[in-house]
Amino acid sequence: MILRYTFLRLLMLIPVSFSISVVIFMIVYLLPGDPIDNLLRVGSSPEDRAELVAQYGLDRNLVVQYFVWIGNMFQGEFGQAIVLRRPVADLVAQNLPYSLTLGGLAFLFSSTVGMTLGTISAVVRHPVLDRFMRGFILLGSTVPGFWLALLLILFFSVNLGWFPVSGAGGWTSLVLPVLTIGFGGVALVARVTRVALLDAQREDFVTLLHAKGLSSGTILFRHLMPHALLPVVTILALRIGWILGGAVTVEFVFGRPGLGSLLIRALGQRDYPVVQACLLMLALAVMLGTLIGDVAQASMDPRIREKKS
Amino acid sequence: MKVSSMTARTLDTFARMSIGRAFASGIGMVAGGFLILLVLVAIFAPWIAPFDYAAQNLMNANAPPGWPHLLGTDEFGRDVLSRVIFGARTSLSVSATAIAISMAAGMTLGAAAGYFGGVFERAVMTVVDLTWSFPDILIALIFVAIIGPGLTSTTFAIAIAYLAQFTRLTRAQIVRLKRETFIEATINLGAKPSHILLRHLMPNAIAPVIVVGMLAIGDGIVLEATLGFFGLGAQPPTPSWGAMMSSGTAQLFLSPWVIIFPGVAVAVTVIAVNLFGDELIRALDIRDRLRGA
Repeated sequence: MILRYTFLRLLMLIPVSFSISVVIFMIVYLLPGDPIDNLLRVGSSPEDRAELVAQYGLDRNLVVQYFVWIGNMFQGEFGQAIVLRRPVADLVAQNLPYSLTLGGLAFLFSSTVGMTLGTISAVVRHPVLDRFMRGFILLGSTVPGFWLALLLILFFSVNLGWFPVSGAGGWTSLVLPVLTIGFGGVALVARVTRVALLDAQREDFVTLLHAKGLSSGTILFRHLMPHALLPVVTILALRIGWILGGAVTVEFVFGRPGLGSLLIRALGQRDYPVVQACLLMLALAVMLGTLIGDVAQASMDPRIREKKS
Repeated sequence: MKVSSMTARTLDTFARMSIGRAFASGIGMVAGGFLILLVLVAIFAPWIAPFDYAAQNLMNANAPPGWPHLLGTDEFGRDVLSRVIFGARTSLSVSATAIAISMAAGMTLGAAAGYFGGVFERAVMTVVDLTWSFPDILIALIFVAIIGPGLTSTTFAIAIAYLAQFTRLTRAQIVRLKRETFIEATINLGAKPSHILLRHLMPNAIAPVIVVGMLAIGDGIVLEATLGFFGLGAQPPTPSWGAMMSSGTAQLFLSPWVIIFPGVAVAVTVIAVNLFGDELIRALDIRDRLRGA
């Protein structure tokens, strides 16, 4: 049953990824500026220019260019970076691990800390704690990421000297970026967990469990948690895209290598193939995140499986 | 009755009912009061700012907060307080304009999709869902990259980044309302689609959209600041909160106040917007209707 649902969901990804790839392919043709101009030496003739255009395949029909491009993509052949003059695949392979490490740690951090905080605040329900949580959640969802990053650098790196200011050497350089991206995530996950648990507590079956004489701990971990996990998993899966978005700013502020900083640099240099590859990787990650979220949701809630398949 | 006067009447009722109630709570009053004050400061910036925001004084560059420069000066010796005050103008007007555009477009698209359904609805929602899954900063970055940096492109980038949100929300409201008995009755009475849509559906759908719009102004301010921070928003010497922080990064160790105060301005404003928005949601009792989208 769940396999069938996963398969159908995967089929639905085909038109979506096709439209995304067309958009990504087209966007690059809308960008102003021409990387060929950057490559031409001063005083080169129109013939030199035509030769370069032909060399990069920019003179062919757009539809042909698209199919050549997407065919190459499937073979992991991302082409040659025009400005950096290196295979795009190399650039992506070089930067991807940094983004994955950062994103993965930020994801782990926000899910574990967020769920713990959310559970504590739902169970304890002390007015002072409540107020603290509300404030924390508000700050986490409103403070701009790059400003938080700068404040953390100012306090921990400059004043206390605990962590390096920028770069990507060793685990100490990961602490502040992970905290920055994770902060908003922690607040969001904590809020969703808290609301889900409080909602679940009001259900009739919980009253029954209490009446049966089960301890509050058993009810919480055996019965309430599975019930409350559903919205949390959904929000976490959707969060993957937002973590990647956050990574773009944070990589920039901390001067870390990664897909985000590669994309920003390539956008500035109008390096078409690099921009396309970065966007495609990010889009793929966002789609995978949504897919995982949907499948996880369906495996936990039979109602969704039946409605959608 | 004319459409414009009808819309005006709806908005008027909406405003009288909810804004007053949102102000009634303590938090609502503080947050709302702050926002009103901020708008006034932005409007009357030239009379309030103690210095000219563009006046340079290299003899007094990077001065720490004190007298007469209450919040210090930046690398060119410009008064940070004056720049924060003028920055409120840029940040508020860019975000509010962007959200207004986004809301108008999203409401039109969402209402049309929800009302007419069929292929049109599917086409609109496919595109909307496509952008919905992408982080807003990525959408805005791509857009600014296409039409180049500046305040106009920032405005449109923000508008596009939040278009999906308004379209989805409006469509969800319309689809839900269409099933109500009073709409069915109106259809059976032979009313024209435009009459049903403008006279019956929109007035009932508008409250959640306006509240989300209000909250989105906060998000728009953060997005504007982020684009400004990347150097893609306001161009010098126009002060904007994000752009101030961007030029301040180079001086992070020397004069941290150049970064701290614009950031505080962004954070406090966005927090006030969120708190007031929450009070509005409570006053209008529409929390359930916001979940549907």
